[in-house]
Amino acid sequence: MLTDFGRILIFLLIGVIFTAGGLIASWLLRPRRPYPEKLSTYECGEEPVGGSWVRLNVRFYVVALIFLIFDVEVVVLFPWAVVFKNSGMLAFLEMAVFLAILAVGFVYVWVKGDLDWDKPSPRLPVYVKGKGIISEEMERTEEKEYVSV
Amino acid sequence: MTPDTTLHLTDYLFYFFALLAVFSGGVVVFSRNIVHSAFALMFTLFAVAGLYVLLNADFLAVTQILVYVGGILVLILFGVMLTNKIVDVQIKAGSIHVLPASIITAVIAGTLCGVFTLTDWFVVPGADASAVKTTAPHIGEALITNYVLPFEVASVVLLVAMLGAAMIARRERKK
Amino acid sequence: MNIIEPLVKIALILLINLTTVAYLVYTERRVSAFIQNRVGPNRVGPMGLLQPVADIVKLFFKEDIVPTAANKFVHSLAPLISLIVALSTFAVIPFGNTIHLFGRDIKLMIADVNVGLLYLLALSSLGVYGITLSGWSSNNKYSLLGGLRSSAQMISYELSMGLSIIGVLMIAGSLQLDKIVVHQGNYLGGFLPAWNIFLQPLGFITFVVAYFAETNRLPFDLPEAEPELVGGYHTEYSGMKFGLFFLAEYANMITASAVITTLYLGGWQFPFIENFGFSPLAVSLLQVAAFGVKVALVLLFFIIVRWTIPRFRYDQLMNLGWKVMLPLAVLNIIITGFFILV
Repeated sequence: MLTDFGRILIFLLIGVIFTAGGLIASWLLRPRRPYPEKLSTYECGEEPVGGSWVRLNVRFYVVALIFLIFDVEVVVLFPWAVVFKNSGMLAFLEMAVFLAILAVGFVYVWVKGDLDWDKPSPRLPVYVKGKGIISEEMERTEEKEYVSV
Repeated sequence: MTPDTTLHLTDYLFYFFALLAVFSGGVVVFSRNIVHSAFALMFTLFAVAGLYVLLNADFLAVTQILVYVGGILVLILFGVMLTNKIVDVQIKAGSIHVLPASIITAVIAGTLCGVFTLTDWFVVPGADASAVKTTAPHIGEALITNYVLPFEVASVVLLVAMLGAAMIARRERKK
Repeated sequence: MNIIEPLVKIALILLINLTTVAYLVYTERRVSAFIQNRVGPNRVGPMGLLQPVADIVKLFFKEDIVPTAANKFVHSLAPLISLIVALSTFAVIPFGNTIHLFGRDIKLMIADVNVGLLYLLALSSLGVYGITLSGWSSNNKYSLLGGLRSSAQMISYELSMGLSIIGVLMIAGSLQLDKIVVHQGNYLGGFLPAWNIFLQPLGFITFVVAYFAETNRLPFDLPEAEPELVGGYHTEYSGMKFGLFFLAEYANMITASAVITTLYLGGWQFPFIENFGFSPLAVSLLQVAAFGVKVALVLLFFIIVRWTIPRFRYDQLMNLGWKVMLPLAVLNIIITGFFILV
């Protein structure tokens, strides 16, 4: 067993040498002509506004938390699945209970909406008879005109 | 392949992984940059997985990578990335509560050392560690026979953890 | 431990893998061109066959631009992690039966780890790092969003992947990939090969969909959705570092195809070959060829799907992952367990 993991280690080392070799070779070959504008952060041609390391949607964190719990569950399921074929009904029931308990949590999270992703609710343009297609932007400009007039 | 030479090789590997674990663990604790801490933690976890492999605990080793590196560290990275103002990467990782911390550390270290010295380590002479094929079926066997209750209780623990996580995260979101 | 044999195998695998990557890119460009009624690259060499070489040489000579605002260390480390993770999955894939060559038995896989299946899963869970770290270290809004999106996507689908695999595991009763393939060498009712795709179609579907999401291929390529995120996590990458990401993406595709083949399509099994009366060596070689053909077909499937199906919206993607795939994968476990018991 050790030798098999040893081979993986050798494989990893060769992989590292190979990829690092690629980077080093290109480092030797490539030109270097930096200037401040080239090195500025890309933002579709505009000057970058603010930094990008900002506080993000906490959603991602929730997903990671729930993932972690199920990940542990999957890991526990593995050794069970290995021996399942030779163990029969009892093993099946034990696993069913295990899954059922976790299913309670899953249903709870689902019903409470923790699995829903926040999505914006844009106001789609609508067709009104006699006025044509009305979209939010158009309404805004109309209001502006009204105010200015 | 004489047993002697393999012993040497695995010994070197053991010291390599042990040093890596201790060193990167030190970086985790002492680095003032929280991102570097998270990075170093990755190496610590890998080194521990390596130690598990050397102990012939193959299932544990891969699980270590799957759960700790692939799960918990991702969570930590999310935490780091979702926190404000990492830019100035000087997110403080200073020392607070020195006294209680040292007391707790001393107690834990003492317990560990006690267990370490009191355990009756026995080495079976001539035992070939590589004779152990794989641990996964044994773990599975144990889970459905002797350790059914802990197994089911574990699912309750996971359930509670999930509810708690959802709860905390929801309160955060309402804010 | 004989060191030469694994080294030769590793060198061969890396070589074959990277050549395949290069020509996979070419194939993808040609196939997409064909689908869109264009010609595609056809100028460099006969039928454009030297295009990959030209591309690689070009990448070596490209300037490497690292934004001033980036975290330089992490920025260069991320592509390395991506590619190494993508390649190292191949260490446990069996690409042929034990072959008798030069007077000795050679196992056609690099490392026959006892926990091969878990190793696969563990490595695919590491795939998150390259993308997340590149997204974060670039200090660019698109990169960060792409990186975060992709990591949330990957961990969501990883669950369905792990749960689908358990069905295979219950049938084979071993975490060793070699044994799983050997187990698929039987026949159902004497005529149908006992491949896992026939034994558990539901698990196969959830696994393939989850793996598509893991490799960030369309319809799951949200991390680099061009219309909204420019280049996604590799917006700020250029030159060889970008090249490494590119290689990693395609290497991941090959790994995915190899894994799908191994777990569900019978691996190197060549149905009914034992009835033809070939010599053992010929049988072994044909089995390797069978593995290659299966992988190539799955790759083609990947490419065709990419150029046929539109992209998901992010909330649809998460919904699919958590509310459809996950319950289906659990259902698969229960069905499998039920059938094994009966």
